[in-house]
Amino acid sequence: MISINNLQKKFGARTVLQDMNLQIPAGQATGIVGPNGSGKTTTIKSLLGLVKPTAGEIYIDGKSIEGEWDYRRNIGYMPQVARYPENMTVGELLSFIKAMRGSRTERDSELLSYFNLESEVDKRMRALSGGMRQKVGAILAMMFDPQILIFDEPTAGLDPKSSVRFKQLVHEEKEQGKTVLLTSHIMSEIEELTDYLIFMVEGRIRYHGPMHELMKRQQEQRLESAVAKMMEETAA
Amino acid sequence: MKALTILQYQWKDLLRGKWIVGYGFIYLLIADAMIRFGGAGPKALLSISNIMLLLIPLVGMIYGALYLYQSREFTELLLAQPIDRPTLFWGLFGGLALPLALAFTAGTLLPILYSGMIITASLRSILLILLLGNVLTLLFTGLGFWFGLRFFEDRVKGLGFALVSWLFLAVLYDGLILLAVFAFGDYPIEKPMLGLALANPIDLARITVLLEFDISALMGYTGAVFNRFFGSAAGITVAAVCLLLWTITPLWRGNRLFLKKDF
Repeated sequence: MISINNLQKKFGARTVLQDMNLQIPAGQATGIVGPNGSGKTTTIKSLLGLVKPTAGEIYIDGKSIEGEWDYRRNIGYMPQVARYPENMTVGELLSFIKAMRGSRTERDSELLSYFNLESEVDKRMRALSGGMRQKVGAILAMMFDPQILIFDEPTAGLDPKSSVRFKQLVHEEKEQGKTVLLTSHIMSEIEELTDYLIFMVEGRIRYHGPMHELMKRQQEQRLESAVAKMMEETAA
Repeated sequence: MKALTILQYQWKDLLRGKWIVGYGFIYLLIADAMIRFGGAGPKALLSISNIMLLLIPLVGMIYGALYLYQSREFTELLLAQPIDRPTLFWGLFGGLALPLALAFTAGTLLPILYSGMIITASLRSILLILLLGNVLTLLFTGLGFWFGLRFFEDRVKGLGFALVSWLFLAVLYDGLILLAVFAFGDYPIEKPMLGLALANPIDLARITVLLEFDISALMGYTGAVFNRFFGSAAGITVAAVCLLLWTITPLWRGNRLFLKKDF
């Protein structure tokens, strides 16, 4: 269970999140959509403690995350732009994170072969293409089997084949009852992977509820048209 | 445990960059040359310390700031993991400052050992120089970290400020003091001079070296004042406290910036 109470974030004079209130029950798969700069990534980064809120509280499973760090053990995060230490090889990176968390999971080699990355294990991160880095990010997010999975535009750099495989994997995780948070501009992806939708504009939540209800409300058959219609409404 | 894993990775990374080895090698060459040409006596030690007083602050500050910029990916990766920020901060700092200090110590100590200087020269002087070098490394790396965090999004500014601070503390400061002495030579300015010397960590280290080699007489009456002040227990305590404050303050401020930072 993730609860966000009156969350506010300002970067200097610019307000990115305004008085945000949000409850996401455990096991719910939620898509976050909204125009560029609407605060999706800032929301996610606040959950992770990467961004420090100006005001408000965030609770995960009833505990405030302020000043805490061990709760991140239960969160897998795949960032929008995957940036990793350039000198490390893929294998070193994975074993380093494992050593740091004191984990002996074998899931990483499983995931490496799932994404066809076995032959890249000894390559340095700087030698990898953007898509391959994204895959490494996906492995890092899922290898410790966390209860909460956060994906920030995960398939933006992936080729169609990898994208399908990635979505399959997320689907499996979701079936296992994981809480999934996903931002994307690809509406079909949101439709495929999540059941609930959060629509954000200028740091405020305009809609949060089941996806089919939104489509019913907007009288549209497809999510894309429903969201586009809502964007036009908010712009007007 | 976590901090150790981080340190281990960073040291491996630094060694792979070979940069740190080159840095240690510079001290080896300098110390070797000074001992070869200056004899295994206080003269060589004094020359080594003169170079050290210029080089350590420059490298510490520039590389401290640069290292933070370079480690940005590493920092972002780790912040999404179950680790607290203080551990990460001290891990990053230790990952750079300790190898720098080690490179200096090893590079300087090796020629002193194989030239037999360790027996002929005063052991106290050698230890003092090594200690000062290590303190200065920690101090200026910390200062570089602070600059790096203060101007985290603007590398040119961060590195620029680091470079200008070095120029001011290591080069200009002495010129300004000289100018002050020249201008106010007719007044009793020993006490203000003492204060000015305490305010600059490089000067503080330099005076310590001068006093150790007993050449403060070169500085005339001011030297005598320094000698009397720094030679006393109170003087040594004040100097040590000043160096300590200079080491702690940037690190403390840097740590605070790091804890509040949005990534």
